[in-house]
Amino acid sequence: MIATDFEFLASFLKTNSGLTLTPDKAYLIESRLQPITVKHSKGDVAGLINALRSSASGDLRRDIIEAMTTNETSFFRDSKPFDIFKNEVLTKLIAARAAKKSLRIWCAAASSGQEPYSLAIMLKDDPRLAGWKVDLIASDIDTSILAKANAGKYSKFEVQRGMPIQLLMKHFNKLNDDTWEVKSEIRSMVQFRQLNLLEDFASIGTVDVVFCRNVLIYFDAATKGTVLEKTARRLNDDGYLFLGGAETVLGVSAAFEPSAGHRGLYVKPQRLAKAA
Amino acid sequence: MEPSTLRCHSALTTNRWRITMKSFLLVDDSAIIRKLAKRMLAKHQYEFSEAENGAVALDICRANMPSGILLDWNMPVMDGLTFIRELRTLPGGTKPKVLFCTTECEMDKIETAMGAGADEFIMKPFDEEILSSKLELVGLA
Repeated sequence: MIATDFEFLASFLKTNSGLTLTPDKAYLIESRLQPITVKHSKGDVAGLINALRSSASGDLRRDIIEAMTTNETSFFRDSKPFDIFKNEVLTKLIAARAAKKSLRIWCAAASSGQEPYSLAIMLKDDPRLAGWKVDLIASDIDTSILAKANAGKYSKFEVQRGMPIQLLMKHFNKLNDDTWEVKSEIRSMVQFRQLNLLEDFASIGTVDVVFCRNVLIYFDAATKGTVLEKTARRLNDDGYLFLGGAETVLGVSAAFEPSAGHRGLYVKPQRLAKAA
Repeated sequence: MEPSTLRCHSALTTNRWRITMKSFLLVDDSAIIRKLAKRMLAKHQYEFSEAENGAVALDICRANMPSGILLDWNMPVMDGLTFIRELRTLPGGTKPKVLFCTTECEMDKIETAMGAGADEFIMKPFDEEILSSKLELVGLA
């Protein structure tokens, strides 16, 4: 790929999705955009970039953004944040919301749905939440991956990564073709929505917990800061933010501070919480 | 520290490592599956033993109960289901974490395997990521 095409693509992605495409990731371009090149009959990737540069249709723009988005995920990914969520966060929120019996949780980069469904399973199986109203909102920029998430169907490879067999048996139906389908009682707990993290978050409303794991790593420092500040405005003052293990707010935004002793968990600074 | 003390300390550490090293028994009539599983598990530094059927596996367990067992279902001489039922009655036989690993992946088969005392269930074919994930779930990672 010639340098001007790379620069144009990097600028397009940054402006439209916040993704930062650095030269060390250039090797991804050919493999990820080749299927889009075929779909839109553009000959090769250079032809695809030319089409994008001239007058790209909405479909072409969306397909390119989606193809360059990383959708790696698994059920109960990294396990530790789910332990913290259950034992620490949920325990405190159940006490704090005992009168309202209502919780709102947002997965901000839901990808193919494994994270929100893992949370839905935990919430469904938690006897402390019997009789509670729990809203679980799951968003992603990628509409095709959201369609997969909404369908709730996974291959036997996908359901075996992170999912204990007892939970698989309890919460999934096995279809005839080695596909496993999340049971409707779990699927109905999750509302999937398309949302670009560069845009306004007002449609999410106010939430108690945000999972935004392994997405900020693809943004530059300024975009990270903006996303964190917008997230803080959606989060109740005693709410919690989960980031990925390789992510932090330190040096990026003052809207959050680490929760002592819980890696990957962040809260609003006390002074902000009290002032609000 | 004197050089002689260093050598002594090193020998003790090595001995302790040998004693506490986890052992893993691979039970499958396919030598290829046993070899592949061994390769996937290499980073965990288990001490491996292998059996081509349940009867051989039971002999190994009677002599030296392993920490973990990867267990096929369909094998000649003694199948995996018979093996695990007998294993769980042996002295110390409830200790090993057993991961059933089979192409038999209908819901009723999984229920039967888990009811017989399996700790986890792997549907073949599997890859290193799945095996590592299952080991983590049973506390053997």
